[in-house]
Amino acid sequence: MKEIYLDNNATTKVDEAVFEEMRPYFCELYGNPSSMHFFGGQVQNKIDEARKRVAKLLGSLPEEIIFTSCGTESDNAAIRSALEVFPEKRHIITTRVEHPAVLTLCRNLAKRGYRVTELSVDGEGRLDLGELRKVIDNDTAIVSVMYANNETGVIFPVEEVGAIVKEKGALFHTDAVQAVGKIPMDMSKSTIDMLALSGHKLHAPKGVGAMYLRKGVSFRPFMVGGHQERSRRSGTENSASIIALGKACELAGQFMLDENTRVKAMRDRLEKEILARIPSVRVNGCQAERLPNTLSIAFEFVEGEGILLLLNEKGICASSGSACTSGSLEPSHVLRAMGVPFTCAHGSIRFSLSRFNTDEEIDLVIRELPPVITRLREMSPFGRDLLSSH
Amino acid sequence: MWDYTDKVREHFLNPRNVGEIKDADAVGEVGSLACGDALKLYLKLDEKKERILDAKFQTFGCASAIASSSALTEMVKGKTLEQALHITNQEIADFLGGLPEEKMHCSVMGQEALEVAIAKYMGTEVKSRPHDKEHLEMEGAVVCKCFGITDLFLKKVIGANKLNTAEQVTHFTKAGGGCGGCVPKIKELIAEVIGGEPKEEYKRPEKLTNLRKMQLIQDTLEKEVRPLLWADGGDLELIDIAGVKVQIAFRKACAGCVSSGQTAKFVELKLREFVADNIIVEEVEG
Ligand SMILES: Cc1ncc(COP(=O)(O)O)c(C=O)c1O
Ligand code: FES
Repeated sequence: MKEIYLDNNATTKVDEAVFEEMRPYFCELYGNPSSMHFFGGQVQNKIDEARKRVAKLLGSLPEEIIFTSCGTESDNAAIRSALEVFPEKRHIITTRVEHPAVLTLCRNLAKRGYRVTELSVDGEGRLDLGELRKVIDNDTAIVSVMYANNETGVIFPVEEVGAIVKEKGALFHTDAVQAVGKIPMDMSKSTIDMLALSGHKLHAPKGVGAMYLRKGVSFRPFMVGGHQERSRRSGTENSASIIALGKACELAGQFMLDENTRVKAMRDRLEKEILARIPSVRVNGCQAERLPNTLSIAFEFVEGEGILLLLNEKGICASSGSACTSGSLEPSHVLRAMGVPFTCAHGSIRFSLSRFNTDEEIDLVIRELPPVITRLREMSPFGRDLLSSH
Repeated sequence: MWDYTDKVREHFLNPRNVGEIKDADAVGEVGSLACGDALKLYLKLDEKKERILDAKFQTFGCASAIASSSALTEMVKGKTLEQALHITNQEIADFLGGLPEEKMHCSVMGQEALEVAIAKYMGTEVKSRPHDKEHLEMEGAVVCKCFGITDLFLKKVIGANKLNTAEQVTHFTKAGGGCGGCVPKIKELIAEVIGGEPKEEYKRPEKLTNLRKMQLIQDTLEKEVRPLLWADGGDLELIDIAGVKVQIAFRKACAGCVSSGQTAKFVELKLREFVADNIIVEEVEG
């Protein structure tokens, strides 16, 4: 059975063209980019080319790109740097719906004596800029607000956030791991000071990322050692993966229109057909602006794990909004922050598409999903009244 | 992905005895939508009202909750009520070839539904969780507000499964898995059930010799302070004790940490609490 992969916000397939681009850099062109000989030097040239490709996708200057080992590292490096740049400032602002890469760090910093404000979101997952204006002050060192949410796909108004942050003289970082490659952005006209992206979310391999650092913004590196990445991120470069990330960014630019037309149309169709075919369903964040590839959808009176495992039997890969592990028996922090009712939050499923999905695959999901939900609802002590009333 | 046994997968994919029994003799309902799982168990007895002839279930919950319910209905059929009452949650898990520990609460839910059903049939009270719909006004105090779980229920599960950490209690009952506010209380219950003395209020010794004081300072740092710093990747070292002055140096993540001043204050507070009111902590380079 060929899998139907609809979990692209978790990770993506490496594009074959990306793989071809990186392939020579393991067994043949394995030189150290810092070496004086040409054998290593040619790798440095390819890394510089990759830097230009990433910069082009973001609309930045090549020297504003620092390669890292992952999205999490980029987030950590940015936030920790800002705190060192402003040692006298003790306040951090973020949101309740950030990825753990930001949220866990901020909560740890709170234990170390920093004042941390987590901005709330409304029922559609939207930010209240009024709240930001109220809490930001001269003590605020950094504001970290994600570009788009990994679970719901809701896009935040980062430019407006950045404008408010600028007025107070703080730094603005955005976790754009889910946004880069899916929606266009232009750092040359942006209020963003620092931005995190991750290779494995845009068809490059896992374990490589980058951070954008606006020219002129002070930076205190997190990793120190050699002079790599102009001493802003020491450690011998993961050359093959960096070269892959460059290629993946080039391709993402080329497929940007496809993502926002064909992929979006598939997502919209999936959403519309599910709503038409299955009763008591709600789309999380449906009133908000969302990424073109993401659908977070709640099926009342059933629990997410059962849905996932039954879909798994049909070869369909998706993910659930509630990790039913007892350590985190509560539904995801994102859905909780949105105030999604418990009845829905436990049965929330995320479908996240990519350019590799096809209309036939979406047809199959539309066909296979309704019986899965019916079956689980028939088993449930709560779902039956609903079924009989239909 | 959960590490489920083939038997769990099989019972999830092809659950036995799903549905209602319209003229059931006994019905037990536990859990709720808010908790994320719920089970309604129906039992039909033979003419003499001794043996369970048939059992059916309706379950809202994850795959292992459905599999546990299915297993339970298979296990009780043909048993007398007396025998059925002796089924433990561990036996339900064993029937399925085991459950991941994080999912043990599913087997507990099964056992509980069975107990509620039989107790209701026999007209006895079950001192169970309050969200068993008919027992809202039961004895026992709610310990975990997030999941509505009482001390009586927790004690029972802790005892039956010989649980000794709060984490295990969460795996088996969910208590503590929400806001976490009830975890200290859960720890007290564990101490009570497994016979360990609940931690006594610490009493500071009245008079201290110098030697005793130094020892107490060292003990307090070892037991009360350093473990907390380790949790954050930090550490400290005792450099010197001179009268009431205690000199410490921070290590690892604490060293050079901008908030080490606050950490020093915290150390001082701890030492004042456990040793003497006049202790002064100084941070030194060392
Ligand atoms: C929004 C967001 N931030 C950060 C990360 C972490 O990225 P990485 O896995 O590269 O560390 C992810 C992905 O898991 C994400 O979705
Ligand atoms: S009260 Fe028990 S987890 Fe919140």
